[in-house]
Amino acid sequence: MNATYFKDQFQQLQTENDTVHLAALRAGSFGTFDQKGFPTTKLEEWKYTNISSLFDKEYQISPFTDNPASLAAAIEEIQLPEHTNANVLYFVNGRYEPSLSIIRSTIEELQVMPLLQAASAGFQEIIDQHLGESSVYLKDGIHALNTSFITDAVFIHVAAGKELSHPVYIYHLADAQHQAILTQPRSLVYVSKRAKIQIAETFRTVGTMDSFSNAVMEVVVAQDAFLEYYKLQNDAAHTSQVSSTHIHQTGKSHVHTVTISLNGGLLRNNLNMILDAEGNETHLYGLSLLKGKTHVDNHTLIDNKHPNCFSNQLYKNIADDAATGVFSGRIIVQPDAQKTNAYQSNKNIILSDQATINAKPQLEIFADDVKCSHGCTVGQLDEEALFYLRARGISRELAEVLLLQAFATDIVEQVKIEPLRQHIDTLIQQHLSIQ
Amino acid sequence: MLSIKNIHANIDGKQILKGINLEIKAGEVHAIMGPNGSGKSTLSSVLAGREEYEVTEGEVKFLGKDLLSLPAEDRAREGLFLAFQYPVEIPGVSTTNFIKAAVNEKRKYLGQDPLDAVSFLKMMKEKMAMVEINQSLLSRSINEGFSGGEKKRNEVFQMAMLEPKLAILDETDSGLDIDALRIVANGINKLRSSDRAILLITHYQRLLDYIQPDFVHVLYKGKIVKSGTKELALELEERGYDFITEAADMANL
Repeated sequence: MNATYFKDQFQQLQTENDTVHLAALRAGSFGTFDQKGFPTTKLEEWKYTNISSLFDKEYQISPFTDNPASLAAAIEEIQLPEHTNANVLYFVNGRYEPSLSIIRSTIEELQVMPLLQAASAGFQEIIDQHLGESSVYLKDGIHALNTSFITDAVFIHVAAGKELSHPVYIYHLADAQHQAILTQPRSLVYVSKRAKIQIAETFRTVGTMDSFSNAVMEVVVAQDAFLEYYKLQNDAAHTSQVSSTHIHQTGKSHVHTVTISLNGGLLRNNLNMILDAEGNETHLYGLSLLKGKTHVDNHTLIDNKHPNCFSNQLYKNIADDAATGVFSGRIIVQPDAQKTNAYQSNKNIILSDQATINAKPQLEIFADDVKCSHGCTVGQLDEEALFYLRARGISRELAEVLLLQAFATDIVEQVKIEPLRQHIDTLIQQHLSIQ
Repeated sequence: MLSIKNIHANIDGKQILKGINLEIKAGEVHAIMGPNGSGKSTLSSVLAGREEYEVTEGEVKFLGKDLLSLPAEDRAREGLFLAFQYPVEIPGVSTTNFIKAAVNEKRKYLGQDPLDAVSFLKMMKEKMAMVEINQSLLSRSINEGFSGGEKKRNEVFQMAMLEPKLAILDETDSGLDIDALRIVANGINKLRSSDRAILLITHYQRLLDYIQPDFVHVLYKGKIVKSGTKELALELEERGYDFITEAADMANL
């Protein structure tokens, strides 16, 4: 896919509602994209994941679907359990759709609006300060491409002291019925002081043409606020994704994330945690069940900038068939970040000779009084445990499923929205039992 | 019920069993004793279906079927049960779910409907009382963090739930203090019946104070070198294995 196409698209963007900040941000980002193009495997951060080859084909940027009725079934199918108890946000082809979305929390608790309206609704300062700050860490062309095309993004604001009783479900639909499609959803979430929010995000492509989602979410978590963030990737094998989540803890706060990857083509998840105040706590969990040719790459970054922060990461992969799992976990401990506690663990089971796991822990420690650890295991199922189960009359197939479920369980348990946890548990059981 | 004829078995090319013959009938309790390295655990592993052992000669009939041609899970479903010397810890798999899966896999094999939740719980309660095991252990992951005694009690509980025709207890007494041994042995005694056979594999006579065998066999260098009644076990306790092993070595010279 050539740069001229994107240049044309970029020049056609309607920009009348732009703030000065946004216009500058977009122009600068397009410059970056124009210069760097799509990341290739020559870049260290993209060594194990080749997305540039995906862009050999002609993806279209089509924010409007030509046949909304054809998405009706998918609008229902994508729904997560207890949908009717949730604040529901739909993106269609990367564009936030207020008409499909339903906000159940009160306006005093939660405000959700198109980003371009938010500036005039009193949130300009927040937007100017935080929109685009992920580019400081994600400097490649694909990230710049999303920022270049920020138009129908969403702004989510949780008011100070409000603990949302309804979770926020974000559904991404892509219409690939007639053409290969590139979608670029964008969101900015602000969790004010002492507020609490649970966010769950999932993706579905309609149609058999390829789809590529280049999604960026930026989240600010203020003093004493609490964020839970869940990502469920279970789309078709012809769908690919770069999904970047950039979480900035600006005050002492607590973040808990779980990334579950079940099906898809090539999936790259960037998860950045910027621990920008003393006493931050953050927990990152990930589980990928890889089959077929699925390729899942989890890249985490934890930047400890201040003293007394705690982070814990546990990522697990089960790789079967010709699938590939990548885990790259980077922990930076800045000179001021004394008394940092940072733990990282990556555990992998390989079930087939063709499956691949790449693991890359990176610790960059510039303070001297810290506790950091990392560990990685790659292995097969325990034959002794399999025999124990078989000796009780359990078939080898079921014994394998039981052991794999057991391996997955300590990640699944981290999903604190109970109906969602049960849903994921069921998906995993189905996923593991299909041979 | 079980008929072992001239079994020879290897592991990693090393011959461990060198011609074992043994007949066990329903209702009987047999004990196999022997010094370390005589092949006791190999015999139980071969019977239960561990694939790393290679049977090079001989045959085993279990209830008229060719046992050695069945995979481990089918042997269990046919009614063979091995209580492990070292029960495996399996984090993340709840004991209750595991036993339910085992009971229902066996029922499926036998053409029976799976047990409904109520019947299963009723059966659990009955058997828990029988073998004196606590509910709290069963809600935990399989054997995870269990003491030696708790693991062995869990083995006997599984045996009670699966109601085997032949139970092989591999060094079930090892690592148990006297109180744990008594509880485990009581559980096993309650499971004795006229249609169930039990094969005790043990190094020490101690277990046989609690579970009285009908027959005692001494295994040495991969062969049964002496068989007798429970008095043989007492004699071994008093005199050690030497008087038998020396005689066997002499005969082989």
